Amino acid sequence: MSVLTSPAGIAADTADALRRRPGADVAGAVFKWLLIGATVFATGFLAVLLAVMIVDGWDVLSGNLWHFLTHGFSQRSAAEAGVWQGIIGSLQVALVTGVFAVPIGVATAIYLVEYAQDSRFARIVELNIRNLAGVPSIVYGLLGLAVFVQTIHGFTQGKTVIAGGMTLAAMVLPIIVITSVEALKAVPSSLREAAYGVGATKWEVLSRQVLPAALSTILTGTVLALARALGEAAPLILVGAATGFLSFGDANMLETFTGPYTALPVQIFNFARLPGADWGVNAAAASVVILVLVLAVNGLAIYLRNRFEKQW
Amino acid sequence: MNPEKALMTQEPDARASDVSDASDATASEVSAPGAPAATAGTTGATGVHARIDVSGVAAAPGQRPDAGTVFECADVDVYYGDFRALRDVSLDVAEHEVTALIGPSGCGKTTFLRCFNRMNDLIEGARVDGTIHYHGVNLYQDEVDPVEVRRRVGMVFQKPNPFPKSIYDNIAYGPRLAGVKRSELDDVVEGSLTRAALWDEVKDRLKMSAYGLSGGQQQRLCIARAIAVQPDVVLMDEPCSALDPIATGRIEELIAELKNDYTIIIVTHNMQQAARISDMTAFFSVQANEMGHRTGELVEYAPTSLIFTNPDDPRTEAYITGRVG
Repeated sequence: MSVLTSPAGIAADTADALRRRPGADVAGAVFKWLLIGATVFATGFLAVLLAVMIVDGWDVLSGNLWHFLTHGFSQRSAAEAGVWQGIIGSLQVALVTGVFAVPIGVATAIYLVEYAQDSRFARIVELNIRNLAGVPSIVYGLLGLAVFVQTIHGFTQGKTVIAGGMTLAAMVLPIIVITSVEALKAVPSSLREAAYGVGATKWEVLSRQVLPAALSTILTGTVLALARALGEAAPLILVGAATGFLSFGDANMLETFTGPYTALPVQIFNFARLPGADWGVNAAAASVVILVLVLAVNGLAIYLRNRFEKQW
Repeated sequence: MNPEKALMTQEPDARASDVSDASDATASEVSAPGAPAATAGTTGATGVHARIDVSGVAAAPGQRPDAGTVFECADVDVYYGDFRALRDVSLDVAEHEVTALIGPSGCGKTTFLRCFNRMNDLIEGARVDGTIHYHGVNLYQDEVDPVEVRRRVGMVFQKPNPFPKSIYDNIAYGPRLAGVKRSELDDVVEGSLTRAALWDEVKDRLKMSAYGLSGGQQQRLCIARAIAVQPDVVLMDEPCSALDPIATGRIEELIAELKNDYTIIIVTHNMQQAARISDMTAFFSVQANEMGHRTGELVEYAPTSLIFTNPDDPRTEAYITGRVG
């Protein structure tokens, strides 16, 4: 408490009390720089990875890119080999994955959040699904081999695109369920009450209010899951994509879903294990291609999300 | 339209039609002048599990015998799981009147309000015992479809909660669900917004997002949305608590206006507001048991002028004079 009573004295006192002191918030400043450092490390790491791949694959990316993208696998020479079959195969597998995983995953989430609510059953199911999200992908490959390739051979025709897509669908299902559950839980209860308040049935509340409100988040989670499926090699190797060949022949597009197939990550694996530096160049170039593909899928998701959000 | 039959789920069930016939008789008895007083003595014998409960008509102190009765509540208990949130509430709500529910926080007045349109059904573990008759039909019997109840008993919530849609679609949502023809929607929207004193402010931007409106406008939009389905009753849960005094004033004017066509039950923390706008006031209080569980109960229900000038119960007096929060 100041003993000064003159206005000037009080002002001087106040000025002293309010003065900015260097070092007053050291912890805050340190924390902020730690955060910046972590961000720089994370993005820097990705940048280095991308740079290394581009540099390693430069010979193909700069001179031979069109040939690389439009030609199939060749064992004769690295220069003749391309990833066209891998691109088509990956997109086909991703399509099958989406067709199986998205409806089942979103439906499961809707049931857990909107119907089972906070029951013990829902909590147990949710906990187990969260655990499943942490299971290594190779385990899903074994599951795919046992169930999709062998047990329901009649439907999948063995080691085919459909078997691969279903295997990856089983793998990303937990991710889709979890993100959809979070998205549905994030829809404010006031929105539901508003709809119930004017006499909407449960179905009307769900289909017209809750799902549209959660859609953009569900979409984002779904695409992230599909992007992960797009980059997965291990389970696909177990369920048939190991050959690296794709026998199109006279087959039309539909028939290729039940034929032998390959996928980009599997091709990268195949390129990388062949001896010779020029195969390594192919592996790096194929890695860049898959990154661009994943980027394109994510970009599509962002575009769709922005469109849906504006639509109200 | 016959309200008893309209509330029933559409099942060709012999039991359901029996019930509905029985309640027809009940309704005519109840609406006869003097009937509530005649049954008042049997309130204590009300069977909790009786589906149609003719004796469940409680004569609350200060009940105006001349007003038509919309709701008759008898021995209403509300439980959340094992926890009893509200105990033994019995009161009648008169037609075309504003009934205010006041009391301290946690006294169960919002819980009670949500019983009138079965909104508590949405809360997992919530259970309502006792009977609430709406035009003579017990709302809590199996044959009553809560969706049909909510079309007749609309609700305005504490925080304005417009849909993330255009102003037009906010109003049109309920009528569309109710099957109003596309050609009539424009008129319904204009009529509802006009009644909610919002039309002049929004008529040029009906296609724009409701989120662009101010808080007071959003709340009037929610009122317009509630009356767009032409309900019989409008429940309001502290509709002005998030609004400034000017917006509050407009909503209060609106309530006075709407009362000519609707029965209004309003929960408010603002005692001046209750005194200004309501005809009847119910004062709720809360008591903690030895376990620390707080259970709300109805202390006094009387005409508003009486509650605020000459309350019967010392607890009411303490609350309205500000001695007890």
